[in-house]
Amino acid sequence: MRSLIFGLALTAMFALGALVSFVWTPYDVTVLEIANKLKPPTADHWFGTDHFGRDIFSMIMVGARTSIAVAVVAVVIGMGLGVPLGLAAAARKGSLLDEVIMRGNDLIFAFPSLLIAILITAIFGPSAVNAIIAIGIFNIPVFARLTRGAALSLWTRDYVLAARVAGKGATRISVEHILPNVANLLIVQGTIQFSLGILAEAALSYVGLGAQPPTPSWGRMLADAQTLIALAPHVALFPGFAILFTVLGLNLAGDGLRDVLDPKLRVQR
Amino acid sequence: MTRWILGTVAATALLTGAAIAKTDVTIGLQLEPPHLDPTSAAAGAIDQVLYSNVFEGLMRFASDGSVINGLAEEWDISEDGKTYTFKLHGGVKFHDGTDLDSADVKFSLDRARAEDSVNAQKALFANIARVEAVDPLTVKVTLTAPQGNFLFNMAWGDAVIVAPESIDDIKIKPIGTGAFKFDDWKQGDSITLVKNASYWGDAAKLDKATFKFISEPTAAFGAMMAEDVDAFYSYPAPENLAQFEADPRFTVLAGNTEGETILAMNNKQAPFDNKLVREAVSHAIDRQAIIDGAMFGYGTPIGSHFAPHNPAYIDLTGNSDYDPEKAKALLAEAGMADGFKTTLKLPPPSYARRGGEIIAAQLRAVGIETEISNLEWAQWLEQAFRGKDFGLTIVSHTEPMDIGIYARPDYYFQYDNADLQKLMADFDVEADGAKRTEMLQQAQTIISEDYVNAYLFQLALTTVVNAKLQGIWADAPTQAIDLTAVSWSE
Repeated sequence: MRSLIFGLALTAMFALGALVSFVWTPYDVTVLEIANKLKPPTADHWFGTDHFGRDIFSMIMVGARTSIAVAVVAVVIGMGLGVPLGLAAAARKGSLLDEVIMRGNDLIFAFPSLLIAILITAIFGPSAVNAIIAIGIFNIPVFARLTRGAALSLWTRDYVLAARVAGKGATRISVEHILPNVANLLIVQGTIQFSLGILAEAALSYVGLGAQPPTPSWGRMLADAQTLIALAPHVALFPGFAILFTVLGLNLAGDGLRDVLDPKLRVQR
Repeated sequence: MTRWILGTVAATALLTGAAIAKTDVTIGLQLEPPHLDPTSAAAGAIDQVLYSNVFEGLMRFASDGSVINGLAEEWDISEDGKTYTFKLHGGVKFHDGTDLDSADVKFSLDRARAEDSVNAQKALFANIARVEAVDPLTVKVTLTAPQGNFLFNMAWGDAVIVAPESIDDIKIKPIGTGAFKFDDWKQGDSITLVKNASYWGDAAKLDKATFKFISEPTAAFGAMMAEDVDAFYSYPAPENLAQFEADPRFTVLAGNTEGETILAMNNKQAPFDNKLVREAVSHAIDRQAIIDGAMFGYGTPIGSHFAPHNPAYIDLTGNSDYDPEKAKALLAEAGMADGFKTTLKLPPPSYARRGGEIIAAQLRAVGIETEISNLEWAQWLEQAFRGKDFGLTIVSHTEPMDIGIYARPDYYFQYDNADLQKLMADFDVEADGAKRTEMLQQAQTIISEDYVNAYLFQLALTTVVNAKLQGIWADAPTQAIDLTAVSWSE
């Protein structure tokens, strides 16, 4: 329970920063003040300034927006396509449809996800939208497999049998009886995929394939800071911490949610 | 017992070996040559490794950019300025043991100017009508018209003398006449040159030179700090230079390059076909902020496409001083008071990537929105340079005296001005020094006042060297890392 609260608090802090950045940031991140570059943290600039004299605190707030937006949409894509596919595969277990869906998922799984993300952004050009699509595609098999596995065991339950006897079709059973019972698993997985999405976005931006300048992004802030570490460590430190704490927060929240939502674990305790 | 003594002797020799002055050098470089034939590619890395070290031309550039005799011992120009007679040094041998004679010179020049030649600078040879081998050490070159800069042209890396015997393998096994012989190329890692014991001129002071290719700025920093490389030519991360300067183990050489760094505008694409818009862009840009922000202070502002260290240079930065209000007024005059949107395509070097972000912010301040795309070199060459599919792009033109590109309407920024084309054509055949200077100044003024491109700064060449290493060129009058006079001070 404690990890859930701590994790949610950390995540909420970054989400809040991202929301606030829509209306207010301490400094405008599109204005460069070269004369003010690479200043260490002070009362004026809490996290110091970067190599263009931009306020790093403001950039992290706006960068949170990019990271969270990319990760959220990627999870939504993954869930939106993966869950129906998983439900359909489970409802028609052993059929051609099941085979096609699951082998298709295996195919996506077989490739290292980041490599394909790089391929997609290299072909269609680097942008935040392409990063979202690339990361989203890799969330599909994760949710499809999870849903199918959980749904298969539910299909043997008595209440599902009762529903079938009552004349409900496979689609209705999937939506009314199976989906609510796998929802807790999906929420936990969603949280974890969310944190992986943030990491993937940072990685893509780091290699220059994510959001393009001037949109601030944590990964690109790190890449820009790379050669400045010896000169001004704070430039690399703060975006690094931002990624670390967001991912940590989401993982703790995911763990905590599982403890709370998983009935089996609850019984054991 | 004997074996033990021998072993000790050997070990002692190894230990004391370290104290003897070093005779080899390792030079760090960012880019690896695609192959090793300077006469068939534009890649600067080929010349950097091979120019003067392995290959020599009739003439050559000295470290200050002046043109001095290379393989030609002396030369003579006829009264009408159309015939050049070169007398070659006697006893010059290629690295494979064959003699250098006038037939090799004729072969090299004819090959470079041939119809099917793939020489990257064919224009250098375009004016040659005939090359004749008079006797083994005399070559007569006849031009179609007098040409003032013919000797300058013959000093380029693209005009080095190669031998017909070794031409087939030149891309992997270059055979030249220089003070160093090509030894080994570990692709993706390094190229090794060794001393040419039978060099015709002053022998190299080093026995061995290795060029090591390190593309990552962070890795370059590490290699330099760990003293894995003795010098890093054109050090890629200017932000680290202050640290090297403060370290007594290193010296930072800040020299001139021929690199005019410009914000190129697509002169045939709307809205940049409108001079008012180009002028507005030029006034919207704060050069000093770009030099400070992208190059950490290394660089000289320029107002035209001309190197400040050239005697014919005139300072035209005043034509495009930083004045955002004027820029806005000019945009309004051009009917674009609300600004416009365009593309800004950036190749990998930090002057472009960092400079691009600064320029984007400066343009945004006057209402011009830019969509930045960061491209790799191959993509940039494909899209911007050859495809001419760009609004704005940033690139440094590192060829010496390349103002002539403005007379080429098909060049990537597509500037088409008949007056300038005529001026450059006249310039090519003018032999009088004072008139040539005047013409160059006219050309600088024309392109500056036409706001063809926004002229940013002259790229500084920052080379980090071990403090004990002497003789490395600080300036880059051409793409060359001449090691023939390099030595260790101990």
